[in-house]
Formats: sequence, C-alpha cells, structure tokens
Amino acid sequence: MSQTVEATTAALRKTALNAIHRQMGAKMVDFGGWDMPIEYCNSPLGPGGLMKEHLAVRNGVGVFDVSHMGDIRITGAEALAAVQHISMNDASRLAIGQAHYSALLYPQGTFVDDIIVHRLGESEYLLVINAGTREKDYNWVRDNVKGFDCRAEDIGDNYTQIAIQGPKAIDLLSKLTDVNLASIKNYWFIHGTVCGLKNTLIARTGYTGEDGFEIYVPSDEKTSAEVWNKVLEAGREFSVLPCGLGARNTLRLESKMALYGHEISDTITVLEAGLERYCKFEKSDFVGKAALERQKAEDVKRVLVGLESVDRGIPRDGYKVLDGAGSEIGYVTSGSYAPFLKKNIALAYVPPAFSAIGSTVNVEIRGQKVKCQVVPTPFYKKPKKQ
Amino acid sequence: MGYPNELKYTREHEWVKADGKTATVGITNYAQEQLGDIVFVELPKVGAEVSKGTSFGTVESVKSVSEIFAPVTGKVAAINEALATAPEKINNDAHGSWMIRIEVKDPAELNGLLSAADYEKFIAEEQGK
Repeated sequence: MSQTVEATTAALRKTALNAIHRQMGAKMVDFGGWDMPIEYCNSPLGPGGLMKEHLAVRNGVGVFDVSHMGDIRITGAEALAAVQHISMNDASRLAIGQAHYSALLYPQGTFVDDIIVHRLGESEYLLVINAGTREKDYNWVRDNVKGFDCRAEDIGDNYTQIAIQGPKAIDLLSKLTDVNLASIKNYWFIHGTVCGLKNTLIARTGYTGEDGFEIYVPSDEKTSAEVWNKVLEAGREFSVLPCGLGARNTLRLESKMALYGHEISDTITVLEAGLERYCKFEKSDFVGKAALERQKAEDVKRVLVGLESVDRGIPRDGYKVLDGAGSEIGYVTSGSYAPFLKKNIALAYVPPAFSAIGSTVNVEIRGQKVKCQVVPTPFYKKPKKQ
Repeated sequence: MGYPNELKYTREHEWVKADGKTATVGITNYAQEQLGDIVFVELPKVGAEVSKGTSFGTVESVKSVSEIFAPVTGKVAAINEALATAPEKINNDAHGSWMIRIEVKDPAELNGLLSAADYEKFIAEEQGK
C-alpha cells in the first residue's frame, strides 16, 4: 500500500481585511484554514490584547472581522420546505427579516454544524455557517436539498462580515447609518444604508453574549477596508478596540455559546449538547429527527455542564474529568480563564449523575487533580436594561 | 524593549542573571509578547532539583500553556511568590519579574547561554520564519 503525502503547507485563506489586520499589528493564527487575527496587542486605537478586547466588548464596544464565516443562500418555490428538511429549528415561524439559531444534523442526530437561519424574503433564506466547515456544509446542504424545487448557492465569498459588539455597539453604528437601529429586535435584521452603502444587511446578532450587530458588506478589499476603518473611527469616542478570535472565544465561552468541534460535533447529539430548545420535533420531518426521538425515550449518557475551578488551575480543552476516586468520567470541551468573571471556567461532558449544580469533580491538569464545581450556566448573562 | 547586557538568555526564551553560584531566572519580553495576557504561573517548591533543559514550571496566558525550562542544573533556592496572585507582573516587566533562583551545580553551564546580542539575533530569525 502506498501512502499519500498530503501537502502540509496548504495556502491559508484570507479575508479582504487581512492586510489591515497585519498593518494593525495583529497576531495571526491558522483558524480552520483561515489566516485570522487572534489579538491586536498594539493597535493604533490603543493597547489591546485578548483581555482588554474582551472587556471592551463587555463594557463598551469591540469590532471583529468575521468574514471567514460562510453563507449559503437558498431560494426558490420550495425554499422553506428545503430549509425545514435540513435544519432542526422551525423556519416556518420566521417572518421576513427574522433570524434564529438552528443546526444541520446527520441522520444520527449529531451535528454537521450549527447555523443562523435568516429569512430574507418570501422564499429566500440565508444560512450563516462556520468557517472551518464551509465546504462540508455546502456539500451537505446541496446534496440534501436535491429533492426540492430550490437553489442552494455558496455566497460566502461575496461578503465581508463585520461584528460590532457590546453595550455601545448601537451608539457606534448609529453614527454610520440612517436606519433606526433601536427598532431592530434581537435576532432580527433589516437592509439599510451603512457607510453610504445601500441595501446593507444589518442583523442584531453576535457571538459574544452582548448586544450588537453584524453587517454584511461587499467583499472587495477597498470597500471592506473603508467600512472597517470608518467603524473603528466612529468608535473612538467609545474607546472601541479591534478584537481577535481570542476574545471572541472567551466571550462566547462565558456566555456558553457552542463552538463546532468542541461542544458540538459529528459525534455529539443535540440532546447531549443541551440544545433541544432549538430543535422542533412538532414540525415536519427533518434529517436527524427520528434518531433524536428514539434517543429522547432513552437516557442520555453524558450532558454538557459548566465548571468553575475551586483549586488553582485552568481546565482546558481536552483535559480529562475524573470522579472522586480518580476514574475518568468525561472531558473538557472548552476551558479558559474568564477575563470578565475573573475565574477559571470550563464546559465539560459528564454523566448525568455528576451534573447537579454544586457537584464536585476533578479535572486532571498536567497529572494533578484540580477540584472543580458544577455551576449554573451561562456563566455570564448580560445585565437587563434599566 | 531592549535586552539588558547583564542578563544571559536561552533559545527557549528564559533570561538568566548569574550572581556567583546563584542564577535568577525569568522569561523574556519576547516570550511574554508571544504568550499574551498571563493569568497563571506554576513554580516548583523551594528545594526541588531542576535540570538543564527540562521543564520546571508552566506559565499560562488566557489562550495557551507554555512550559518553562531550566537554563542550568541545580536546586531551587527561592521562588517569586508574588507571581501566584499577580502573574500580570510578567507582562508589565518581564525582565524585572523573576520566577526562581537556582543554586547552580556547575557554574560552567552559565557560559553556554546566549548574550543579549545573540538572543536578539535569534528572535529576529524566529519572527522571520
């Protein structure tokens, strides 16, 4: 048998803002095949770094290039039926201009990916998907909508997607648009003029646990750079910072938002991940439904819990979870120092018997047992408006 | 930030200040820049034996874990306790934030360390990769 040698230096993909990130002194990393900023230690807007970027989003506003996310548009007479078939949430409930969290599932009830479904028009939907799974997702969607009178297009390269996140996001973006942003409810969107660009998709969505917006502008480098720079300039009075994937990860972890390959994957089911509230069994059939209905009748073997370190030590992705006797009972899916909460936190899969709030488990950190407690999640909830 | 001439350096990005048979060890400014915000430092106990080129502790930033390697062989004479509660001192002043003091077994080992000029050349190459 001969071995195929795979190219190890496959070219990383770049967003239209790549040169700007580098100019701004960002530290770049390979994220799912994309050359992306992880943090901006010394941006022209002031000293940043993961911790400051995280706090800017919690207390003020931060701006992220999330153009690596993919986009699939589904249009045609049977677009709704197709979306209903391939995703677990009930898209028939979406009004035009509304979006919701959902997922594409395998027949076993495990995840192809988690997605945001936007209803753009009467028979037009936009699925926003993860960067690392773009090709896989598109192929899967294309194959699974074949029986429907609709068209699925990969339009991920058409947009530069910029996320403006934090309590001051609305004040920042208001300076750049004539749209009444306050009229857009959470998980709704409209089309309006931003930075002089007509018909720009403005969605009140994000991945930080804060209020905020995501805007979709043409992906040519010139337009992308102009918008990015205008957004940062408009944010100066709010001490805006450009934010990298490092802060994006700790922000979503504090807010217990799933990350593909960690809390959800092709071996983890919807029920295990605790995402059943987005899975609508009462709607028409969808891929994965039958398996999930069967699993519902049985007991799940593991559930996702939030952990907080009691002893000194940071539980991290992949670390083993042990019971009091030292037997392995689960593993950490994501773990980190939490910059806003100033605690060491983690999400982990453990058997239901260990999932009660207040239960203690050990996480093995470099051969040492570090005591952790099961705590309520999300770890962080944004304060309610007064 | 410059690399003081009175310090010696390793290719694993530790700095060493030699004073007779005592070597004071920390991580370099380049190392702290690479790590980002440091939130946790784990050091050996006083009296522990450390050996040249092997890990004696860990330093964790928000996003990563790195081992710290002993530049010389010897016994741990002191550790900087202040780093347990204020690890960010390393970000603020890497060359002023020592981690451990080693009672050096063989002072000749100190001669094998890099000078400031050689270390700066080394990190320029690292960054060029």
